[in-house]
Amino acid sequence: MSTVSSAEHSRRDFLYIATGAVGAVGVAAALVPFIAQMNPDASTIAAGAAVDIDLAPIADGQIVKVFWRSKPIFIFHRTAKEIAEAKNVDVASLPDPEPDSERVKPGHEQWLVVIGICTHLGCIPLAHQGEYDGWFCPCHGSQYDTAGRIRKGPAPKNLYLPPYKFVSDTKIQIG
Amino acid sequence: MSGHSTYQPQNKALQWLEKRLPIGGLMHSSFVAYPTPRNLNYWWTFGGILTFMLGVQIVTGIVLAMHYTPQVDMAFDSVEGIMRDVNYGWLLRYVHANGASMFFLAAYIHMFRGMYYGSYKEPREVLWILGVILLLLMIATGFMGYVLVWGQMSFWAATVITNLFSAIPGVGESIVTWLWGGYAVGNPTLNRFYSLHYLLPFVIAGVVVLHVWALHVVGQNNPAGIEPKSDKDTVPFTPYATAKDGFMMVVFCILFAWFVFYIPNFLGHADNYIPANPAVTPSEIVPEWYYLPFYAILRSIPNKLLGVIALFSSIAILAFMPWLDTSRVRSARFRPLYRQFFWLFVIAAVGLGWLGSKPPEGIYVVVSRIFTAYYFAFFLIILPLLGVFEKTRPLPISISESVLGAKA
Repeated sequence: MSTVSSAEHSRRDFLYIATGAVGAVGVAAALVPFIAQMNPDASTIAAGAAVDIDLAPIADGQIVKVFWRSKPIFIFHRTAKEIAEAKNVDVASLPDPEPDSERVKPGHEQWLVVIGICTHLGCIPLAHQGEYDGWFCPCHGSQYDTAGRIRKGPAPKNLYLPPYKFVSDTKIQIG
Repeated sequence: MSGHSTYQPQNKALQWLEKRLPIGGLMHSSFVAYPTPRNLNYWWTFGGILTFMLGVQIVTGIVLAMHYTPQVDMAFDSVEGIMRDVNYGWLLRYVHANGASMFFLAAYIHMFRGMYYGSYKEPREVLWILGVILLLLMIATGFMGYVLVWGQMSFWAATVITNLFSAIPGVGESIVTWLWGGYAVGNPTLNRFYSLHYLLPFVIAGVVVLHVWALHVVGQNNPAGIEPKSDKDTVPFTPYATAKDGFMMVVFCILFAWFVFYIPNFLGHADNYIPANPAVTPSEIVPEWYYLPFYAILRSIPNKLLGVIALFSSIAILAFMPWLDTSRVRSARFRPLYRQFFWLFVIAAVGLGWLGSKPPEGIYVVVSRIFTAYYFAFFLIILPLLGVFEKTRPLPISISESVLGAKA
């Protein structure tokens, strides 16, 4: 191979670097569909649209379980006694302090709507059990009260609230 | 080829690894320092293109498998779900389907290159036979992949091709039942085709490793068909062959992208957008274009068993080329008679492909039979005789002489 002048050396360097840069951009662009295809597809997203729940058939004291976005949702029609138990608590002493008023919609405090997944490791707690008249999780013994707040056991947080609103006094839309 | 490696890594970590697993040295000696004949032309870039296409098919196939359901009532809908709902699903499906066509296009060009330049001749017989095995694996994989869509063409292609084995006397019917897993093509058939369609590409990858190994042991052929005699006849693989391969890959991808983005269903058959109906056979059953030449050969023989034998022989006969061709001269550049018969062969092969798409009646049958006769005559009569009777042109003294002229 004959010797090459330094001008041609830098021309070759430029070509290598330019090709490499365009190639790198190409590889990055090519990766996008392969990563994106694992995200939820259009049918899954459509199946996760908001659901309307009719509250009329739910009796006083009854807890109903529905699914939204594949998660169980507890809808609790609380009696006056259960509402009083939820309110009559020293909030600061709770493991995850939160007053009952922040867990219900104003004017609809007899309705508690929470995601039915234990905040410890994800089991579904059992209704109307435990010392606090709320839920008891059989997996590791967490206990929730009538506002779905953690009282005893290893769970760190209160049962989470899904996004929901009252469409009318007897109908809510979750999601 | 063997000998002290020229790979000396500067980096301490790489030196550490090199002492324990010399993969850096292997990559270096195989794809960087590897002595490549300096007269290779662009027909030599298709091996790299084929490896790239295998990667494309495997990667798109694996992500498609995340969304596909291999069950007779759900398969077709799952493919439509990929097309309509999965993010970029339409792109992945079209790349995979058109990728199969591009894979076969590159394979046929690669094979025609081998036939023209005598790359199948001594000492490259095993390399060539591994290539024939790769072609067979590709054919099987492509066939099973097409069945997975579970459209009308998928189902009836599966029925026709599996029924070929019933031509075998005695055990034929049992073999077909065994392939089906039932009394007809059905869910068991679909499930096992899915499993094997996922498996075979990795078998192909393994045979590709053997193919490249066999290549590197004997060295590449070149357009002059004479072996390199000195270092002047070769250049290091990187940057010369790497750049040539890379450039041609880009050109190839432009053609590939043209199909994927502008005419993604051009090479397919509209009837495969109809869900499979075991009660209704479509008016014309045609395989994808890359199987058409073999399909035409099958249909041109009026006897069922002999037609099946002709079909399988048309592929198997390729493996015998190193021994059927008796000529001492490799490259068709120096074989004026062989060159003409070779191009007639290409016309016959492409012609058979076109005829395979036509209904088997009238003039089409006559011409198919003529082309089929030529196809087999080329291997069994012309190749052996040419070696004896052909007057070849004088070979150049060396590769560098043929490239650089007398100044070399």
